[in-house]
Amino acid sequence: MTDPSSTTLWLLILGTAAATMAIKAFGPVVLGGRQLPTAATRVLVLLPPVVLAALVATSALADGSTLEIDSSTAGVAAGGVLLWRGRHLLLAVLVAAAVTAVLRLLGVP
Amino acid sequence: MVHADHRASFRRGVRLGVPFAAVGLLLSSSFGVLAVQAGFSPLQALVMSALVHAGAAQFAATSIVVAGGGVVSGVVAASLMNARFLAMGAALAPSLPGGPALRAVQAQTVVDPSWAVANNGDGTFDRWLLFGATAPQYVGWISGTLLGAYGGDLIGDIERFGLDAVYPTFFLALLVAELRRPGSRGIALAGAVIALALVPFVPAGIPILVAAAAALVGLAR
Repeated sequence: MTDPSSTTLWLLILGTAAATMAIKAFGPVVLGGRQLPTAATRVLVLLPPVVLAALVATSALADGSTLEIDSSTAGVAAGGVLLWRGRHLLLAVLVAAAVTAVLRLLGVP
Repeated sequence: MVHADHRASFRRGVRLGVPFAAVGLLLSSSFGVLAVQAGFSPLQALVMSALVHAGAAQFAATSIVVAGGGVVSGVVAASLMNARFLAMGAALAPSLPGGPALRAVQAQTVVDPSWAVANNGDGTFDRWLLFGATAPQYVGWISGTLLGAYGGDLIGDIERFGLDAVYPTFFLALLVAELRRPGSRGIALAGAVIALALVPFVPAGIPILVAAAAALVGLAR
């Protein structure tokens, strides 16, 4: 495997930037400032928990197209317990990383 | 003219954004390390972080190109990871004033934590709080990328330090805050189950977009 060329990387960077900016702008530009009907508002209220739960689940348990439970799953779970108890985000993140690192050191995948 | 309420919201946003900025610094350091290992120059890593400011997209695009997948596949993978911003932008739209250009610019400040903390819980968003929360995170994101890109040799393998657990824990913090609102737990569980069920069958990023469709049950309430 050879390293990608500098031109390839610049195209990737600018392409990803343009796509991200367009995606972020899409809703606000296309929907405009219209007041949405109440039924739409009931849907929008549910979007944050549903999107965040899907992000947590896939980032913790999916590796490409396979589901796997490994050291980082245990680390994230430990961080989750602290967060649920109202502890600070930074503490939870450091504990999650530490638990994961220690389990790996002990030979857990 | 900036209203006093707006300034107060912005300041509150900055305070709320700082812890996320610290975690973002860890995440973007990981990105800087991986990008340079993948053949990026530090300048390229920096420009990508400055223009994209979306971790999942940056990691996805980089890993695809490193695996020999090509630029188009890389951009598509990044866009799929970013597909959630379509849903988030739709939710935010009614809370942004101005014409199309101004709305497009304001929409660029959306990153997951800012969007979550600016959510008033009634379908509206506090846009000044959104801008304030994103400001320190943007600074942290760029600083971390520089640290990782130039100091990567000192860190080496990021998995050895458990840094791959940082990203999910970061999202978990946002989720936990949402779960304290009434009526959010059942739908969150549904979102997680739908996304996980789809992982083996569709490209990365799509499970999150499909899971977001579960919010349509709001129509039946």
